[in-house]
Amino acid sequence: MNALWIGVIGSSIALFTLRYSGYLIPEKYLTNPRMLRINTLIPVALLTALVGVQTVTEKGSWIIDQRLAGVAVALIALMLKAPYFVVVISAALTSALLYRF
Amino acid sequence: MSRVNRTTASQSLSVSFTVGLYGTAFGAAGIAAGFSVLQTCLLSLLAFSGASQFAVVGVMGAGGSAIAGIATASLLGVRNMLYALRMAPLLHASGFRKVIAAQVTIDESTGVALSQEKLGTAAMKQGFWLTGVGVYIFWNIFTLSGALGAQAMGNPSAWGLDAAVPAAFLGLVWPRLTNKLERALAVCALVLAVLLSPVLSAGLPIISTVVLAVIFGWKLRT
Repeated sequence: MNALWIGVIGSSIALFTLRYSGYLIPEKYLTNPRMLRINTLIPVALLTALVGVQTVTEKGSWIIDQRLAGVAVALIALMLKAPYFVVVISAALTSALLYRF
Repeated sequence: MSRVNRTTASQSLSVSFTVGLYGTAFGAAGIAAGFSVLQTCLLSLLAFSGASQFAVVGVMGAGGSAIAGIATASLLGVRNMLYALRMAPLLHASGFRKVIAAQVTIDESTGVALSQEKLGTAAMKQGFWLTGVGVYIFWNIFTLSGALGAQAMGNPSAWGLDAAVPAAFLGLVWPRLTNKLERALAVCALVLAVLLSPVLSAGLPIISTVVLAVIFGWKLRT
């Protein structure tokens, strides 16, 4: 078995183990109000962190490019209460147009 | 399952398709990094976590060891465990359903579920399952098509997908930012992750924002 196969199978096992263990932790540990509150805030932190990293970084460097313009347009669309698909499509169009010109 | 909420279904489908389309880029990236079509497709079927998959092919394609690839993928995958913790009390899944729920616990299914909160728990559950299964199907179809030589569409930037994916995440978090504390946390998390990106290895800047969630949640009095 070569390294690539180890990478494929190893990461698949690791990811499933992580996910499944999240469902095995007993619910009673999650009824503490403070734990529940923190748990509600965790996706807010992780998802916005993802937005930042995917918008202005590439391979660990800060890069300002068409992605930032696309996400900025999405932000404006959200502020204007645009439907979800309009938010996503407007970001894609902006980014693609800037990339091509 | 009760009647499917139209808003939830439409949002789930948009997310599934947008994110699934990005699988094309992953398929192409896998081949470019030296993985076979089978290996690339297995990553999408089994690992099924976009960022983690890109990390494995990115790290190993650049000459990194299997251990480095697995470690980076796992670091990026820790958030799936955190999402599972959040989804477990909502889904109450057991047996085989729990296995399937675990496999489709990703940014998008969790995000859509949470953004349905105002529509009730039934809509939250539907959002999770529709989005999780939807992304799974589209992600795998597009991975295969990308891997099978769709080099023409292999450049995500030319199609604006590079901005569509973070915009899709932003649209998911948006309804969650209902008060000052949540908005402050979002801004801090975004800034922290971006600032740490050049310093820490891939995955850690995102995971490190969990500390902020703990701090903010700890101090909150309502």
